[in-house]
Amino acid sequence: MSAQESYVTEDGRTIGPTVMEMKNITLRFGGVKAITDISFDIREGEIRAIIGPNGAGKSSMLNVISGFYIPQDGEVWYKGEKRPPMKPYEVAQQGIARTFQNIALFEGMSVLDNVMTGRMRQMQSGMLAQALWRGKAEKEEVENREAVEKIIDFLEIQAIRKTPVARLPYGLKKRVELARALAAEPSILLLDEPMAGMNVEEKEDMSRFILDVNDEFGTTIALIEHDMGVVMDLSDRVVVMDYGKKIGDGTPDEVRSNQAVIDAYLGVAHD
Amino acid sequence: MPDSLLFGTEVLLNGLMAGVLYALVALGFVLIFKASGIFNYAQGVMALFAALTLVGIMEGQVPFSHLINAAFGTDIHHFGWHVPALVAIIITMVVMVFLAWAVNHFVMRHLVNQEPIILFMATIGLAYFLEGFGDLMWGSDIKKLDVGLPQGGSFWIEENTQWLGFGNENFYGFFLDKLDLVATVIAAILVAALVIFAQYTKQGRAMRAVADDHQAALSVGISLNFIWIMVWSVAGFVALVAGIMWGAKSGVQFSLSLIALKALPVLMLGGFTSIPGAIVGGLIIGVGEKLFEFAIGPYIGGATENWFAYVLALIFLVFRPQGLFGEKIIERV
Repeated sequence: MSAQESYVTEDGRTIGPTVMEMKNITLRFGGVKAITDISFDIREGEIRAIIGPNGAGKSSMLNVISGFYIPQDGEVWYKGEKRPPMKPYEVAQQGIARTFQNIALFEGMSVLDNVMTGRMRQMQSGMLAQALWRGKAEKEEVENREAVEKIIDFLEIQAIRKTPVARLPYGLKKRVELARALAAEPSILLLDEPMAGMNVEEKEDMSRFILDVNDEFGTTIALIEHDMGVVMDLSDRVVVMDYGKKIGDGTPDEVRSNQAVIDAYLGVAHD
Repeated sequence: MPDSLLFGTEVLLNGLMAGVLYALVALGFVLIFKASGIFNYAQGVMALFAALTLVGIMEGQVPFSHLINAAFGTDIHHFGWHVPALVAIIITMVVMVFLAWAVNHFVMRHLVNQEPIILFMATIGLAYFLEGFGDLMWGSDIKKLDVGLPQGGSFWIEENTQWLGFGNENFYGFFLDKLDLVATVIAAILVAALVIFAQYTKQGRAMRAVADDHQAALSVGISLNFIWIMVWSVAGFVALVAGIMWGAKSGVQFSLSLIALKALPVLMLGGFTSIPGAIVGGLIIGVGEKLFEFAIGPYIGGATENWFAYVLALIFLVFRPQGLFGEKIIERV
């Protein structure tokens, strides 16, 4: 299948043309190469996973996409245009939302306020208008509030809306972070190990939410995950990384039968 | 009514007024602390710098005149014009915004993700730099600041409170300084504006977000540089208001930067993270030190105003380290 043609998956979701393309990305920290010459694409509406053993450079890759790292070589193409080097907040304003491996929430603020910060991009009216709470600003606040409430309902966190985030247990924090990223109505949602440190039940919940988000809102999702089983069930296509290099790319079935991937995960005798 | 009660009440009222001025400085501290996690030691000096600049512009003083005269052998001091107060205040605000930009560009920008103590040290450096810079720019002599705020006691209040003496012949009504009254009104407006700004605007929410977590703030599309310049500008604005009030009350002099130290006990009382706390803390310190001086001072030799605030803050630290309104620090073990 060509990269620009839409197709329909077995479960009836439509996968569109390429929305983001990484071309020959190389990222170095001093003498250490975190990523070496990696290319792959992300298509509209799909769940794209990046997997690999510890230290493979998965998080670095995500940080390149979200602008936290600027690669030394290679190009990032987004919506058909080459992206110049950008600050993370500019990337976010372009509609790329993310979560973090170690959760980065505003601990002192309530769940609702946290999710509302996700709407920064959608709020346009001026400071004075907002302070005075009149006209357009008021309408805007109400609209944004509605959108946020919808997401809060969707992720089943109504009960903790007013709770300061610092008081929440780990699993719920992860969910709030997802809610904040979703509130931005992103064209690409980046999830850095959304299931790290969770028990089986929490993992199942999170998997369900990720699938539902993709299904309900048609959100394009790129996620990093450790747990092979989870990834294979969730994703449409998988990139496999090892020691900063790409060793596999394709559907879960293709990747599963790829010898290089099996070697990387199970280890191989060097003779 | 007995003399001592009436006099005590007057001391209390004047203490409240003094407290408002403490609160004004403390507000600047709280604002920057809440927004960026930085304890800005330079807040007091910023108030001084703002007042110096304001006077300099109003009087048409040539900035850096000593430097220019020493370098070129000239003898210029004044442009020879006078700028109206309102215009001068606006120009000073522009200078404070520029200062905010400079602080961010040359100092804070390079210290992202550093320990709070390092940021604190940077602001100490900033305080000394700004004090020297202000001296170099406008000279170190004591200046009179007259922006047209009412001065002297309010006769209206004096006349209309005379009946409270209930026939006491020694009582002529309460004596309250008009300037203090104006300061109170301005402080109230300022606080209301700041609270509305922080709680109900997008920028306010972004500001709180930045204070909480830099990375997370970036990931939702908030520009750190923009927020920091904004925060320092607002702090500059608060410093300007405080500088005008203190300058009008006691002249613009370099000891003005020492009032920053009085803000410390105010903050310990009120809590470093609470805007209402800064106000209440300021009032308690103001009233406390005046009443203590009035009631206890004569028995222990007086001059208690110099240390009372600090002792009160120490006692508070023992029993309520987060202050009256501060966020309680809970460590999960």
